[in-house]
Amino acid sequence: MIGLEHYLTVAAALFVIGIFGLFLNRKNVIILLMSIELMLLSVNINLVAFSAHLGDLVGQVFTLFVLTVAAAEAAIGLAILVCFFRNRGTIAVEDVNVMKG
Amino acid sequence: MIEQTILFAPLIGAIIAGFGWRVIGDMGAQWLTTGLLFLSCILSWVVFLGHDGETHIIHILDWIESGTLNSEWSIRLDRLTAIMLIVVTTVSALVHLYSMGYMAHDENFSENESYRPRFFAYLSFFTFSMLMLVTADNLAQMFFGWEGVGLASYLLIGFYFRKPSANAASIKAFVVNRVGDFGFALGIMALYFLTDSIRFEDIFAAGPELAETQLTFLWTEWNAANLIAFLLFVGAMGKSAQLFLHTWLPDAMEGPTPVSALIHAATMVTAGVFLVCRMSPIMEYAPEAMAFVTFIGASTAFFAATVGLVQNDIKRVIAYSTCSQLGYMFVAAGLGVYSVAMFHLLTHAFFKAMLFLGAGSVIHGMHHEQDMRNYGGLRKKLPYTFWAMLIGTLAITGVGIPLTHIGFAGFLSKDAVIEVAYAGSMGGYAFWMLVVAALFTSFYSWRLMFMTFWGKPRGDKHTHEHAHESPTVMLVPLGVLALGAIFSGMLWYSSFFGHTDQVAKFFGVPYAEASEHGEAAEGGEAGAQDDEGAAKGYHHYVFDGQPGKGAIHVGPENTVLDAAHDVPAWVKVSPFVAMLIGLVVALWFYVWDPAMPRRLAENQRPLYLFLLNKWYFDEIYDFLIVRPAKSLGRMLWRRGDGDVIDGSINGVAMGIVPFFTRLAGRAQSGYIFTYAFAMVIGIAVLVTWMTFIGGAE
Repeated sequence: MIGLEHYLTVAAALFVIGIFGLFLNRKNVIILLMSIELMLLSVNINLVAFSAHLGDLVGQVFTLFVLTVAAAEAAIGLAILVCFFRNRGTIAVEDVNVMKG
Repeated sequence: MIEQTILFAPLIGAIIAGFGWRVIGDMGAQWLTTGLLFLSCILSWVVFLGHDGETHIIHILDWIESGTLNSEWSIRLDRLTAIMLIVVTTVSALVHLYSMGYMAHDENFSENESYRPRFFAYLSFFTFSMLMLVTADNLAQMFFGWEGVGLASYLLIGFYFRKPSANAASIKAFVVNRVGDFGFALGIMALYFLTDSIRFEDIFAAGPELAETQLTFLWTEWNAANLIAFLLFVGAMGKSAQLFLHTWLPDAMEGPTPVSALIHAATMVTAGVFLVCRMSPIMEYAPEAMAFVTFIGASTAFFAATVGLVQNDIKRVIAYSTCSQLGYMFVAAGLGVYSVAMFHLLTHAFFKAMLFLGAGSVIHGMHHEQDMRNYGGLRKKLPYTFWAMLIGTLAITGVGIPLTHIGFAGFLSKDAVIEVAYAGSMGGYAFWMLVVAALFTSFYSWRLMFMTFWGKPRGDKHTHEHAHESPTVMLVPLGVLALGAIFSGMLWYSSFFGHTDQVAKFFGVPYAEASEHGEAAEGGEAGAQDDEGAAKGYHHYVFDGQPGKGAIHVGPENTVLDAAHDVPAWVKVSPFVAMLIGLVVALWFYVWDPAMPRRLAENQRPLYLFLLNKWYFDEIYDFLIVRPAKSLGRMLWRRGDGDVIDGSINGVAMGIVPFFTRLAGRAQSGYIFTYAFAMVIGIAVLVTWMTFIGGAE
C-alpha cells in the first residue's frame, strides 16, 4: 500500500535534488530554472498528498495556483535568459557574477 | 510716551541705518541717526528738568514669566536714570554730529566702500543699549543692556577690521569684560537665589535681610550682602576698567576717536559707577565690600595717573586719565556718598568727552598722527580746538576759586570727592591717593596741552604745514561740551553735594531730622528752634528712607556727606594746591626747560620704564593667564581635538568600518549558487534552532 509517507519521501527527494541542482550546477542557467521548477513540483506533490490524506480540497486548489505561478515564472525566467544571452553571448552560470562585492 | 521715544529712537535709527542704508544712502543714514539722537537728547532734557524726584515705573511689555522668575520690561525713571539719560543722549548726540566730520574720509577704507552707515548704526545701537542699561527696572534687563554695550564696544573698537591691532584690542576688551560680567552674573544669580526675584523693588526691600543672611559659596560661608555686593562690583570693575581689569581700556583706543569719547570716556565705562549707585540699597548693607570698592577706586586713581604721566600717545594719556577719574567716582560711591559719585560722573562725562573730541580734532587736523612727540605749536593752526582743549584741561585739573563754589566742573566735583574721601571711613589712604592723583592729573593734562599746542613744531614738517582746523560739525559739539565743562559743576553743586536735605530732595529720598540733636521737631523747621543749628542747619537732617525709596539709599547712620562739609580748610584747598604744583612742574618740564624730561627719564630709567610699560600689567597677565591659556588651548587643539576627536572619527571611518566592509565584500561572490547555499544553510540553522527551543510554543 502506498501511504502518505511515500509521497512525502518522493517530494522531499525531489526538493533536495532541486536545491542541489541550484548550487552544484555551474554551467547552465536553464538548469537553474529547471531546478526551481522541480522544487515547486515537489511542493505540489506535498500539497496534493496532504489534501488527499486530510480530505480537504483546498490543497489541490492551491496546487493549481502554484502551477499557474510556476508557468508565469518560467516564462519570465526564459525571457530574461534570452535577453541575457543577447547581451553577454553566454549563459554559463560562472560568468554571471556582476553583483560581486 | 516721551520715555519710550527716548529709548527707541536710537534703536530705530540703528536698524534703518544698519539694514536700509542702501535705500537711504550714506548721507541719509548719517542724518537719520543723528537727527533721532538729537530728538532723544532734547526729550531727555525735558524729562530731566521736569523730573520731580519720585520713582516712576513705565511698563513696556511683559518679558519673562517662568516659575517665580517674573520680569517685565519697563522703564524705571528716577533721578539716577534721569541723570544718566541726559549724560548718555547728550554726549551721544554730539558724538554723532562730530562723527559726520571725523569719519568723512578714512584711509582705512577704500574710496567706494560704504563704512559710515555701519559706524552710525553701531553708535546708535550702543546708545540704545546704554539707555536699556540705565532705564532697567530689573537685573535681567540691566544685564541685557550691559552686554549690549559690551557688544557695541567690541564692534566699534574693531571698526577698522583690517588692522590686526584693532582686532586684537576688540577681542581683549571683550574677553576682559567677560571676566567682570561673570562676577556680575553670579551676583544676579545669588540675588535671585536669595530673594526669589530680580526686580529692583523686591531686591532693594530685601537689603537689610541680606545683611543677616549667610551664603555658602566656594565652600565658604559668606555674609550674603557682602558677597553679592562684591560680585556686582567685580562686574563694575570690568566695565569701568578698575585696577586688575583695566588693561582693555588703553588698548580700546584703537577704535575711532569719537568712539573713545562716547564709549570709553563718557558713558559705557561709567556704567560700573552707575551700577554701584543703583545697587546702593544692597551696597549700604555691605561694609566690607564697600571698603573694597573704596580701596580699588583709590588705587586705580593713583595707578592710572602715574601711568598717564609718561604716555606719548595723546589718546592713551586721556584713556588713563579716564581710568583714574573712574577711580575717583568709585571712592565716592564706596564711601556711601552716591550723589557725589554721580556728580563726578556727570561733570566728567562733559569734560572728558570734550577732551577726547578735542584730541580727535587734533588727530584729524594732523592727518591721523597720534604721537604727541610729533605735535607742538599747534595753537595757531587749530585755534578753536585749542580753546576747547584748554577749557577741558581747566575742568579736569579742577581750576576754580578755593573755598568757594565757583569754578570749572571738575573743580567742584573732584574736590567734593576728595573731601568725601577725607571724611570717609578709609580717610587716610583714599584721601592721600586721590590728592596725589590730582597732582598727577594736573601734570599729565598740562603736559598734553604743552606738548600739543606750545613749543616748536616737531615731527614731520609736511604734516605740520598741512595741519588744518576741523570743519564746523566737529567744532559745534566741542562748544556745547565746553558749556557743560564750565557750568555743569556750579549749576548742580547743591543738588549733588549740598546739604543732606537738598541732596535728598533732588534724589527723591525721604529725610528726617537727626535725633542726636534733641527731640525731632515737626515740619522741618528745626533750624529756627536750635540756636547752634542756625549756622549749620543741615546737621539736622539725615537720610531716612527705607531701601528702595528714592533713587539712592543711604543709611541713617551714614553721615559722610555731612562730615565732608566740615573737613578742615587745608583739606579743601589741598586738591587746588596739588593742581598748582602739577601745573608748575608741567610748565617747567615742557615750556621752560624742554630737555628736562629726557634727563629725568635717563636718571630714573627703571622707574620710567616701569611707568611707560604700565606697571608691567600686560606682561604679568600675559605670563600668568594669557600664555597658560594659550598653551592649554593648543594642548586641547592638538591633543584633544586633533588626536582624540579627529583620531577616533578618522579611526572609525577609515579603519574599522572599511575592515568590516572588506570582510562583508568578500562574502559577495556574485554567484547565484553561493547565495542559494547560504539560504539553505540559514534555513537549516533556523529549523534546527526552532526544534531545539521547542517550536512556536
